[in-house]
Amino acid sequence: MSKTIRQIQRGLARGEFSSIEITQDYLTAIKAHNPTINCYITITDELALQQAKTADERIAAGQAQALTGVPLAHKDIFCTDGVKTSCGSKMLDNFIAPYNATVIENIEASGAVMLGKTNMDEFAMGSSTENSYYGPAVNPWDHQRVPGGSSGGSAAAVAAGLAPAATGTDTGGSIRQPAALCGITGIKPTYGRVSRYGMIAFGSSLDQGGAFARTAEDCAQLIQTMAGFDPRDSTSIDHPVPNYSETLDGNIKGLRIGLPKEFFADGLDSNIAGVLEAAIDEYRKLGAEIVEVSLPNSKLSVPVYYVVALAECSSNLSRFDGVRFGYRCENPKDLEDLYKRSRGEGFGEEVKRRILLGTYALSAGYYDAYYLKAQQVRRLIKQDFERAFEDVDIIAAPTTPEIAFKLGEKTDDPVSMYLQDIYTLFLNLAGLPGMSIPAGFSQGMPVGLQLIANYFDEARLLNTAHQFQQASDWHLQSAEVK
Amino acid sequence: MTLKTEDVRNIAHLARLQVDDESIERYATDLSNVLVLVEQLNQLDTSGITPMAHPLDATQRLRDDAVNETDLRDKFQNIAPDVKNGLYRVPKVIE
Amino acid sequence: MATWETVIGLEIHAQLATKSKIFSGASTAFGTAPNTQACAVDLGFPGVLPVLNAEVVNMAIKFGVAIDAEITPNSVFARKNYFYPDLPKGYQISQFELPIVGRGQLGISLDEGVSKIIGITRAHLEEDAGKSLHDEFPEQTGVDLNRAGTPLLEIVSEPDMRSAKEAVVYARKIHALVQYLGICDGNMQEGSFRCDANVSVRLKGEEKLGTRAEIKNINSFRFLERAINFEIERQIDLIEDGSKVVQETRLYDADKDETRSMRSKEEANDYRYFPDPDLLPVAVTDDDINRIRASLPELPEQKRQRFIVDLQLSEYDAEVLTSSRETAIYFEKTLAQLPDQAKQIANWILGELSAALNKADINIEQSPISPDGLSNLIARISDNTISGKIAKQVFEAMWQGEGSADSIIEAKGLKQITDTGAIESLIDQVIADNPDQVDQFRAGKEKVLGFFVGQIMKQSKGKANPGQVNQLLREKLNKGRE
Repeated sequence: MSKTIRQIQRGLARGEFSSIEITQDYLTAIKAHNPTINCYITITDELALQQAKTADERIAAGQAQALTGVPLAHKDIFCTDGVKTSCGSKMLDNFIAPYNATVIENIEASGAVMLGKTNMDEFAMGSSTENSYYGPAVNPWDHQRVPGGSSGGSAAAVAAGLAPAATGTDTGGSIRQPAALCGITGIKPTYGRVSRYGMIAFGSSLDQGGAFARTAEDCAQLIQTMAGFDPRDSTSIDHPVPNYSETLDGNIKGLRIGLPKEFFADGLDSNIAGVLEAAIDEYRKLGAEIVEVSLPNSKLSVPVYYVVALAECSSNLSRFDGVRFGYRCENPKDLEDLYKRSRGEGFGEEVKRRILLGTYALSAGYYDAYYLKAQQVRRLIKQDFERAFEDVDIIAAPTTPEIAFKLGEKTDDPVSMYLQDIYTLFLNLAGLPGMSIPAGFSQGMPVGLQLIANYFDEARLLNTAHQFQQASDWHLQSAEVK
Repeated sequence: MTLKTEDVRNIAHLARLQVDDESIERYATDLSNVLVLVEQLNQLDTSGITPMAHPLDATQRLRDDAVNETDLRDKFQNIAPDVKNGLYRVPKVIE
Repeated sequence: MATWETVIGLEIHAQLATKSKIFSGASTAFGTAPNTQACAVDLGFPGVLPVLNAEVVNMAIKFGVAIDAEITPNSVFARKNYFYPDLPKGYQISQFELPIVGRGQLGISLDEGVSKIIGITRAHLEEDAGKSLHDEFPEQTGVDLNRAGTPLLEIVSEPDMRSAKEAVVYARKIHALVQYLGICDGNMQEGSFRCDANVSVRLKGEEKLGTRAEIKNINSFRFLERAINFEIERQIDLIEDGSKVVQETRLYDADKDETRSMRSKEEANDYRYFPDPDLLPVAVTDDDINRIRASLPELPEQKRQRFIVDLQLSEYDAEVLTSSRETAIYFEKTLAQLPDQAKQIANWILGELSAALNKADINIEQSPISPDGLSNLIARISDNTISGKIAKQVFEAMWQGEGSADSIIEAKGLKQITDTGAIESLIDQVIADNPDQVDQFRAGKEKVLGFFVGQIMKQSKGKANPGQVNQLLREKLNKGRE
């Protein structure tokens, strides 16, 4: 079961199999392997088969749309009307969303079939999926290791062949990092490219929906249906969406790829560095020009990110108060008890830690020193990129400092966990689009290469990734699902 | 910057989070460690730099003043912890 | 005994008269079944996002232009974080550092033609909260979120008022202004226009402000005056007894006519304001401002000036007639029928009509006598159909709904007697019946003339034209004297 979207579309078009058949195949595989991988929180088998039936009818009637009949998985952060949307939290374990996220609407409108909702770090806070109320998902390449996070369930599902592609969200690396650790392709578009409506907020100025697939080609298709202006999201940008598939085959001869000198220095695992150097060489062979760039302020992205994201999350998560939806504690003795116990019992440790930090950063007397300061440095980080993109078309960087770590290895040390995102956070701070593509292996575990493009230049990003995948086969390697 | 347990207690109250006594020490340590990380920001002189609240320099788009929502009370209240006569209920608030 | 000076500033919340809410497409209509006008955005459901209503921005600019204020070119929405059951998101979207309307001012007229300028610090946009119903259930508070998200313009004055009376004059003036502008219906019973008063006292001559208390829950001008006066007394008593005024929020209880401390809202007001990442800066251009300025209706101040200069009304009449939009509309509608009778109309509106309205405790727009009806009545006075005295009788009948001025005059036979022959015969009769008084007059006692007029009017049931009676009577009596 390691089909791509493209292969499924071809099979459906040629009548090699029906949508019901392929959907049933995936559901069977999920039933068999989800107990080990734990990549799905909810499996929507009935709904999937129903959607598949409709899809088959449309195909028969010659009315197939972009993704008609293609089964997909959705991160459990996207609200799905009538389906439990837990966000990986006990707080929302009983939350049957009464509306669809725009992303879900767009994908449904393109004819896709929903297999289920994938596992994630609670409220997207984490880099390992270990913070899920539903237990950690595991890395299909090594079940002792994490799949990354927060969209670890989506990444693991695609890597394990339990979905051909999946949606995810990326606030500080939550698509790119698990894509890298699971050996698949992931894309986080420009901030404002994909609607945030119905996507449960973590850090509103950083969150962006995106996609996981085996190939850049599939990512292009999925992003095509997800992207676009949404009048229900004030931060959604009204900017034309080009046809991403059309430009995939463009020649990258003369493409200027910048390597930030700060990222290929200390702190990067030497095996990973070797893998990445080989990948860069591949680009040289394809005719790209490799130049050095500098992003001097990016070293401060970890502190900036944690202040900004946590301040925003502390406020975003106030709506979970046990009054209108979600978890409510037993027998609250008064209003304060209702709030404190519903939130204290409904949120997990990491979420509480982040709410506390964010609350502190915004509180009287600390606002200027933390929040305002972080927003100023945020601008400097963005300016670094603006300067770099005056000279280059694409920036290449590591996605992660090391391969997938062992389950439980970092759970007791929040700071070392936060440092896992050292190469991904700045992208969200700047709002730029980025991808992670499989670039090789270290100790038998996948290594990702991160590609970054200028604002709204997803087409070039996908083209650059696709050209690499035409010349290499790292993305075709499959984890053996036992 | 080191946070004391008392600070954590105050923040937890502001955030309406129940935190038991045994975890409060751990939170104080964890939060203090993160604050050490955050203090790296002070290395940089940022005077005169406009804070950046949004990644893109866009301005607010406005919506026409039109009613386009319908009454979905039943659907919304179906998933509510405690409702009666169309009202959400909470323990009595004394003003 | 020391002499005290009172310092008052007002915070007025005016609900903006839009069809839909400030950040959602739910209706703002008042008085519907609980929670039937609260959509997912108003309820603070997960993932949903605010989108700003254009009309709200227009209305705020209208107000700003009307008070000669600076309009902020890029105002910013911020989150005010606190927990309360009627605040669904756990934060209120408001404006903090950059309100849409900056500093402006408003002139108020006090007694004896004294006027005063009151500074307006700012006016900002925010969303209203829902309503907590404490008497609905024995053990619980019910929450109705229909009002949540209704647009508010919070108008903050400088502490420029020195007495409860001044505060009321200012509040009434703002009340009239927002209605003139058509941005608020001004309905205080329904809570569309609410006042909070910041009150402090200090010794006369002292520069430093005293500690202030904020009084909330004032829903009429009468209560505003009483609440402030109570609070002034309370603070003076405290200080004179050697205690201190505590900075706190106090609730006005109209039944007991007192203010009392609001324990529930007292705790540390650490609102952790920060820019709302779900909303972007609101851009207002000079073109926008000019377009709105050009579209403004005539404002009370301009109208007042016009009444004085063009209509030759007294300052007092002009002030009172323009003090509410409804009174001005009534006056101008009446004036449209009788363009050269401004003074007469003013006298009737400010005299008879306003006394009747007061007695019935209704507003001018509910008057049983329409502007057309009143102009009909005044026309009958000026064309000598009836006398001013009879007119009062006709007015009374019109008020009771007995018909139009014409039909009442007709039905009751109140038409003035202007036929010289008829008046002369009345006079002859009275002269014949009172020979003693005739002698007295002829002996030079002019005062007796009044007696004769009285008798003649009595005989005519008030219908004889008093001017004619006077003239003819004098002629006849003098004739005998020669």
